[in-house]
Amino acid sequence: MTETKGDREPSFEDRLRVARTKQGLDKPAPTSASADMGGRSAMGIGLRVGVELVSAMIVGVGLGWFFDRWLHTTPFLLILGVLLGGGAGVANVWRLMGPKKPPA
Amino acid sequence: MAAEHTIDALGQFRLFPALGPLGASVNFTQSNLMMLISSAAILWLLWAGMRPRAIVPGRLQALAEMAYSGISGMCTEQIGSEGKRFFPFIFTLFFFVLFGNLFGLLPFAFTYTSHIAITFALALMVIVIVTFVALRIHGLHFFSYFFPAGAPKLLAPLIIPVEIISYLSRPVSLSIRLFANMVAGHVMFEVFASFIVMLAGIGTLGVIAAIGPLALNVALMGFELLVAFLQAYVFAILTCIYLHDAVHLH
Repeated sequence: MTETKGDREPSFEDRLRVARTKQGLDKPAPTSASADMGGRSAMGIGLRVGVELVSAMIVGVGLGWFFDRWLHTTPFLLILGVLLGGGAGVANVWRLMGPKKPPA
Repeated sequence: MAAEHTIDALGQFRLFPALGPLGASVNFTQSNLMMLISSAAILWLLWAGMRPRAIVPGRLQALAEMAYSGISGMCTEQIGSEGKRFFPFIFTLFFFVLFGNLFGLLPFAFTYTSHIAITFALALMVIVIVTFVALRIHGLHFFSYFFPAGAPKLLAPLIIPVEIISYLSRPVSLSIRLFANMVAGHVMFEVFASFIVMLAGIGTLGVIAAIGPLALNVALMGFELLVAFLQAYVFAILTCIYLHDAVHLH
């Protein structure tokens, strides 16, 4: 229980506060959600954007194709699916790269 | 073999029955075997790591404690204080993917995360759980997620399908990202390793030239170790972000 001489070691109060915040007993410090998304290489960002675009297109085309087969409306829903899938891909990328919303 | 060697980059992803005739009769492949091995390794790490219960941890205990506190911190940081409830799920997911990626780098091992069937099954599990959590917490109010509050009503027929497709594309992008990274790395290994064999087949000059692809493969191994960690981390953190959306719904 002796006082540490240097300020190398954080005091008990500090450590308690950190531990309480971590356990959710005190109100948590405001954290920037997904702050780590920006700090990556250009290659990584490029791959992520590409994957988002392609996967939205896959889902759009897949849904269009499936409903076309089901409802016998070939090829109109597939065309609609391609357009909506492309739109959803751009929406994904915008959500990923666009300006961040101010924390509510 | 040496002179006639062709590049068979995708042959390494073929599934074979493991464990002899017993495994063959129930279609137990080397992929399933690797899953069992990595699951056993995760359990062993935690069991053997926490057995000493030392106040000053040894190496293995420090690793186990870092694994626990790292994922625990990720859950509470990304999801909020509710994140602790999802800790077991995120922990299991992260280490299953991480050990699959890492063990896949060992010689003669198989990378189960290089099959889209595996990664898509994991991603499908994630999205089903996320949707279930959102419905459980917010009820039918969850469906307001597909239509942003401020948007004009006239645009609803356009926005709602786009938002639904965007939501459904999450498991697809999650699984493709992991699967494509693993496949690309192992294909590069195979291609450069084939170069070594083909060059060495030429003669003395070829043997000297084969040092090039060999050095490249050594460097690639370091890169692939990074990718193995990074992709497991990305998989876990995106699951956390989706869970955050499900819990807070904005």
